[in-house]
Amino acid sequence: MLFKMMLRNALRHKLRTILTILGIAIAVGAFGLLRTVITSWYAAVEAAAVDRLITRQAVSFIFPLPYAYRDQILKVPGVEKVGYFNWFQGVYKDKSEFFPRMACDPETIFDVYPEFLVTPEEKAAFQKERNACVVGADIAKKHNLKIGDVMSIEGDIYPGRWEFVIRAIYQPKTPAIDATQMFFHWTYLDERMKQDMPGREGNVGWYAVKIKDPSESAAVSEAIDAIFKNSNAETKTETERAFNQGFIGAYGAIINGINIMAFMIIGIILLVLANTMIMSARERNREYAVMKTLGFTGKHIFGVVTGESIIIGILGGIAGYAVTLFFVGAFSVAVPKNFFPVFILADITVIQEFSFAVIVGILAGIIPVVQAIKTDIVDGLRYVG
Amino acid sequence: MVPIKYIAGGFKRRALTTFITIAGIALVVFVYTAVLMMSYGVEKTLASGGSERNAVIARKSSQGEISSILDGETINVIMTLPQIAKGADGKPLASAEPVVVINLDRVGGGISNITVRGVEPTAITLRPNIRITEGRMFNTGSREVIVGTSVTERFIGARMGDKIKFANDYWTIVGIMDAKGSAFESEVWGDARQLQAAFNRGNSASTMNVRMADGVTIEEFKQAFENDKRLSQFEPKTEVKFYKEQSEALATFIVVLGTAITIIFSFGAVIGAIITMYTAVANRITEIGTLRALGFRRRSVLGSFLLETIFISLSGGVIGVIIASFLQFFKISTMNFNSFSELAFSFSLSPGIIINALIFSTIMGLIGGFFPSIRAARLKIVDALRNA
Repeated sequence: MLFKMMLRNALRHKLRTILTILGIAIAVGAFGLLRTVITSWYAAVEAAAVDRLITRQAVSFIFPLPYAYRDQILKVPGVEKVGYFNWFQGVYKDKSEFFPRMACDPETIFDVYPEFLVTPEEKAAFQKERNACVVGADIAKKHNLKIGDVMSIEGDIYPGRWEFVIRAIYQPKTPAIDATQMFFHWTYLDERMKQDMPGREGNVGWYAVKIKDPSESAAVSEAIDAIFKNSNAETKTETERAFNQGFIGAYGAIINGINIMAFMIIGIILLVLANTMIMSARERNREYAVMKTLGFTGKHIFGVVTGESIIIGILGGIAGYAVTLFFVGAFSVAVPKNFFPVFILADITVIQEFSFAVIVGILAGIIPVVQAIKTDIVDGLRYVG
Repeated sequence: MVPIKYIAGGFKRRALTTFITIAGIALVVFVYTAVLMMSYGVEKTLASGGSERNAVIARKSSQGEISSILDGETINVIMTLPQIAKGADGKPLASAEPVVVINLDRVGGGISNITVRGVEPTAITLRPNIRITEGRMFNTGSREVIVGTSVTERFIGARMGDKIKFANDYWTIVGIMDAKGSAFESEVWGDARQLQAAFNRGNSASTMNVRMADGVTIEEFKQAFENDKRLSQFEPKTEVKFYKEQSEALATFIVVLGTAITIIFSFGAVIGAIITMYTAVANRITEIGTLRALGFRRRSVLGSFLLETIFISLSGGVIGVIIASFLQFFKISTMNFNSFSELAFSFSLSPGIIINALIFSTIMGLIGGFFPSIRAARLKIVDALRNA
């Protein structure tokens, strides 16, 4: 009986209720979008493998390490495979087409990064050819690239014109893996440096070290750094997760800003819903007085008012989920793929959305309920809207 | 016209819901203003370091100082260009600057990237904004550095007299520089030759900063580069333009994300306004009927309701802007995509932003109040009076 009343009440002012639900839905959708931006930002941290360490120059990431370190790292107990990479960058098509382009060791890359899936034929073809490259599926799709196509890149850090032949296209193992990268043979880069810019050859950017036992990561890291202590290029080794986290940490201010906004949105939902509830409760003062006269207690009235606002909250939450799907879809189309290689709505975000919609429903009901319960029967009956 | 007193009366009767609507709009305007202030802050910080008389020379394809390389030979060719102004000593006013990035520990945890710039003695003449507020300039040929005020504040071990370790050596901080809020305050400066040696850079630099001779325009200077085959890979830009471009990616990112959020937010606020105004109309149907019966015209009723929403939304807008203006006291830092290193900047308010925010809040109110007001104006006198 009371439930029927809540439902009836919620539907009494159809336009207002629909507007309220819409308002909540939009706010919930915005919250979902912002949280998705943040979880996507952290996607690289989440996707990091536990059995991978990154060894880089201690001073900072931009300084190279000698190629000769490779053999020494391989000898460290607990190390299984050593891959190495070099940030290449350059300009493909035009400056706004940014995606990571790196030199790598073609022999080890797919062992150290098993989440990049290629067929054995593609792998062999990539490894065989000196100027071969492998691109991620997303990049291949975006630029309509096929195996055998030539990618020409204007170098910046490594000046000159560079041409690579696509011999493999890797698929991400899960949707959370970045499929927007491009890799080519490190030796190709090194040979050209020897020729064009002597003094810059024999360097790699960083080592990606696959270890046998993830629980030994701290010990292995220390062992690697100890070898190169007091050398010309000291190293800093950490888990891939910590390494990626370090990158994201630099954007802390922006992430905090987005987070604060996400929670301010909850405030907006609260205001919209509270506004509606206060209005409808005020209109119904007379009815509540009648209910009291009939013997309903404050508890019942509390139930009716908060129940109505929770129903509206839940409906808003459901509509909000649909809006979130729309926003997230639109955002991933509108924003260049390179901003967020991975952009997926996380389950936890959806759970949060619903929880907030319900909690806000309860909170928004409180002011009118207090008003309703306080109202004297006599005053209530006398009340004119 | 409907008396203002009548409109004011409406506020009093529905003080709470009106207040909630104002609060909602204030919140949206606050976010909107904060976003604009942030991107303006970034732009101001990066652009204010530049002068129109100076040019920065970088490799054409490079996206920032860090990915540009000028080899020693090229630097020597540029030094001989007649378009470059000469200093009192007769030498060209030019500074070839190797730029690298190092890691430092942040106050409050975490590490971050800091730009280290090698400069020649002319650098201070080229950038009149730089002032050493504490200590002195580093000595040429020694492992000394000066650091920007933001670096001193935000990083551990970056005060006067501290030693920073990089490239297998310790570099003593002998001075603190103030750069009038520009990006140089987030940098460490040392002797170009010392840094090139320490980082095995030979005699190559990242960019070159030069003062153009009197009467030389940037176009003429650019032409000189086009005409010389040895320089065709490089391009000079005025310092102002160069630093503005450095801020573009970050500022665009903030604006795009912020605008998307604001638009979504404003829907929420508009809906809030619609609900308030519809209810305001519904509650006053009898009053509206009476007013009409007294001879007030439809457009007066429409006007009075629109005026009411404009008042509500403008109050919200003013409150939002006032709260946002306090953000000017905060300095935040984030990674700049182009320099790959940390940039400290402040939220910055301009008259343009204030006007923007107020217009934005008014538009929100007008959208929210339009249909309810139309409804009020359209009511037939008879129906409205019967409603009682």
